[in-house]
Amino acid sequence: MTAWTRRRFAAHAGAASLTVLSPHVTCGQSQPRVVVIGGGVAGATAAKHLATNALAVTMIEPKRRYTTCFFSNLYLAGLRSLESISYEYEALAQRHDLTVVHESATAIDAAAKIVHLQGGSKLPYDRLVVAPGIAFDYGAIDGYDEAAAEIVPHAWTAGAQTTLLRQQLESMDDGGVFIIGAPPNPYRCPPAPYERACLAAYYFKQFKPRAKILVLDAKDSYFEQDLIEDAWRTHYPGMIDWLPAEFTGGIKAVDVKGRAVVTNGETFKGAVVNVIPPQKAGRLAQQAGLADRSGWCPIHPLSFESALEPGIHVLGDAARAGAMPKSASAASSQAKLCAAAIAAALNGKAPPAPHLSNTCFTVLSPGDAVSDSITFETSADTIAVANIVVSRLGESAEMRRGTAQEANRWYSVFTRDVFG
Amino acid sequence: MAAPDNHTQPAFTPVPRVQVPASAVKGEAFQVRTIISHPMETGLRKDSMGAIIPRKIINKFICRYGGTEVFSAELHEAMAANPFLEFYLRADESGKLEFEWHEDGGAVFMLEYDLAVA
Repeated sequence: MTAWTRRRFAAHAGAASLTVLSPHVTCGQSQPRVVVIGGGVAGATAAKHLATNALAVTMIEPKRRYTTCFFSNLYLAGLRSLESISYEYEALAQRHDLTVVHESATAIDAAAKIVHLQGGSKLPYDRLVVAPGIAFDYGAIDGYDEAAAEIVPHAWTAGAQTTLLRQQLESMDDGGVFIIGAPPNPYRCPPAPYERACLAAYYFKQFKPRAKILVLDAKDSYFEQDLIEDAWRTHYPGMIDWLPAEFTGGIKAVDVKGRAVVTNGETFKGAVVNVIPPQKAGRLAQQAGLADRSGWCPIHPLSFESALEPGIHVLGDAARAGAMPKSASAASSQAKLCAAAIAAALNGKAPPAPHLSNTCFTVLSPGDAVSDSITFETSADTIAVANIVVSRLGESAEMRRGTAQEANRWYSVFTRDVFG
Repeated sequence: MAAPDNHTQPAFTPVPRVQVPASAVKGEAFQVRTIISHPMETGLRKDSMGAIIPRKIINKFICRYGGTEVFSAELHEAMAANPFLEFYLRADESGKLEFEWHEDGGAVFMLEYDLAVA
């Protein structure tokens, strides 16, 4: 952790440093080269653990600053600053002796084992890790596309989108209706649309007590629904309404100018509208043929190697990882297993034993949070739930306050583990 | 310093909703969808102090069309929260559709809707 090598910190030289075939050429050819595409939780964790295993690692991430989607609902509620959930890559690159290239990867040549970058340079690899996160299925809702998202935000990738939604909530008049369109399964962070309703309600309760929240769901039920609805009733009585797909038929169209959403039979008008569209694996995964018809990337559970392209590993939200939810904690757990599996394969050692897990906190109000933690049973073809512990209804206020404190501790430890 | 436990009597107002078509063709069936936001407290759960949370469910739903009862349902503890009912009615003539949800304790939540039959 404390090793401080600056030797390969050539990241900011950017494309220029890549005109040579590999930035690691000084190390000779003995060190296998691993390229990691994507600097989110999965990519950053994988890069760090691959570098720790003495592999020459280059991580490609166009953004210089990463804002975590997890805990961004707290920013929406005014409980955290955007800075407190944003990270840069210098510390990671310096401490762990890996190269960070701030460019977009445009294509993968799996046959030649080369990644093409936007600037025109090429990056050869022995193994490739792809962690592109999610993309939105913009065709699914009439009138909702990338341009529409600049007016009616999804705020499902953190950063500018989250800021935009926060501004709209702040400028909303008291008595306005905030509509949240919750997406169909599977999607990033299952409890988050409902946590968003909780935390927006927390903000409204202080500053706009006559405001209402309407959640229009593309599903008929969701994970931890009993806990969430209990919180809506006890903390924010009369403020939040939830309508399942079986009643509305789900969101069919969005009227961006009129700030309205259209379902099968009704039009709901809001003061602020937040549409979270259906999701699929990130753009590069689609383009490189790593995703199947489900829109997600099938993988071999013991190594997270793609089931479609050998030598390429897919991690995080883009992967279809059995019973694992799409969450930061799951992504990090996958990345550690994958890094160990790659290191073992390249060094001719036995594959590591899989220990996959997931932890998730849902903040219902500042002093009240629920959590779930899951361990998984992993075999060559499946990832199944082995053990699950979830908060329950009727827990004491002290216990819930403890969980809320635990959530904050978890966040600081976890982000240090990923980005530090 | 413990916060008062408010699991036993949450301040909650159920919101009923109904979807019916704007108009219907005489003699043809039309779809009615109804939902009411309601916890459907079973009476079997205990709060954090170990006390039983009393039963409070929607126990009956009635739909009247032109003053005549055309659909009703009895609901029990096993029904999930936010009970959703969907059924079909035949459009005979223009008239009032009335919907009633009866809660334990005697509260009744009502909605009305004027249906135009062409």
